[in-house]
Amino acid sequence: MDADKFNWLLRAGDNALVLSQRLSEWCGKGPVLEEDMALTNISLDLIGQATLWLSLAGKVEGKGRDEDALAFLRDVHDFHNLLLVEQPNGDYANTLMRQLYFDLWHCLWLESLQQSGDTEITQIAEKSIKEVVYHLRRSTDLVIRLGDGSDESHARMQRAADTLWMFAGEAFMNDELDHRIASRGIAPLPGSLRERWLTQMTQIFSEATLTMPSADAWMQTGGKQGRHTEHLGYLLAEMQFLQRAYPGAQW
Amino acid sequence: MVGLSDKALWECLSQVSDPEIPAISIVDLGIVRSVRPCADGGCEIVITPTYSGCPAMHVIEENIRQVLQAGGMENIQVHTQLSPAWTTDWITEAGKEKLRAFGIAPPAQRAMRTSGTIDISALSVIDDVEIACPQCGSIKTRLISQFGSTACKALYRCGDCLEPFDYFKPH
Repeated sequence: MDADKFNWLLRAGDNALVLSQRLSEWCGKGPVLEEDMALTNISLDLIGQATLWLSLAGKVEGKGRDEDALAFLRDVHDFHNLLLVEQPNGDYANTLMRQLYFDLWHCLWLESLQQSGDTEITQIAEKSIKEVVYHLRRSTDLVIRLGDGSDESHARMQRAADTLWMFAGEAFMNDELDHRIASRGIAPLPGSLRERWLTQMTQIFSEATLTMPSADAWMQTGGKQGRHTEHLGYLLAEMQFLQRAYPGAQW
Repeated sequence: MVGLSDKALWECLSQVSDPEIPAISIVDLGIVRSVRPCADGGCEIVITPTYSGCPAMHVIEENIRQVLQAGGMENIQVHTQLSPAWTTDWITEAGKEKLRAFGIAPPAQRAMRTSGTIDISALSVIDDVEIACPQCGSIKTRLISQFGSTACKALYRCGDCLEPFDYFKPH
């Protein structure tokens, strides 16, 4: 088995899966109907992408685990998503700021994966980026409107930006697996995306009349290696409830 | 058992409607990428998902089988292919008219290029293309949300007839 590729694919799939699950928590209780629909549609896009990544991961592993087995039958420490995507929804400002931090990285990452030397990865990237471009358009637009909105919305957006900032840097940290994957031409080094992300984020913060936290701030890490914040366990307990209560259940 | 010709297969498939937009067929939507009659009288159909999370793919596959079986086909193989990724540029002109008649404004421009480097700083610029209201034809329309009743549609409102409507986003 190509363990490096398998683990890298889990990182890709888990980001989409965990954020999808988080967004689905808003279903039926979004602040307005249009936002409720937007969030669940984005959640659906992400679960579709998670299916593609995890199904490929299962194939690479070659032990007969499909995307459902990987989603529902792994525990916290076997998840490799970024800490950012498991952070709680909080108020709507938190949800939107988390989405902007993620969408901008996601878009740049998928853009670069279209140059991957691995055809199956290129195909998933080409499919996903068309969807993610719309996610980014929406989160950019809303962060600007609410940042440059009322005193209340501005204050909330600033608080969300500050609270979540320490989770935004992990996506750009290179670990040993990243170096091995990059040297094989499968994916770019995460750090190579940082400059464009910061440049564009600076632009968005400026238009939103928000203050961007320091690019040199200390960043939380660990999610990619399976060391998570306390929030992921609760998320999985809900997402995996059926398989935990009724092992092997199918419908 | 004599298999159906290419042409007959396409005709059969044009009876399969999209489960979420029944006004338009999967052929008009550009979901069917190829059909191939096989030597054993069966056939091979290749379809591609519109969106990666599209929940209608299983239903579409099932409906294809039903229609072809009703046409006397056996050994029907339906494959799903990811690449090249589906685009609204593949919706036929007839398909666009059917969408409009159904109350959904069809894509007003070609899909954005997403290969190569993307100009991320230009993404937030609202499209300056005019979206005509499918009910009254007015171009005094306004975007309400990038996401409408499904991920492939945005929600608009007409400033003249005041009706909200779905716009099929260029994708």
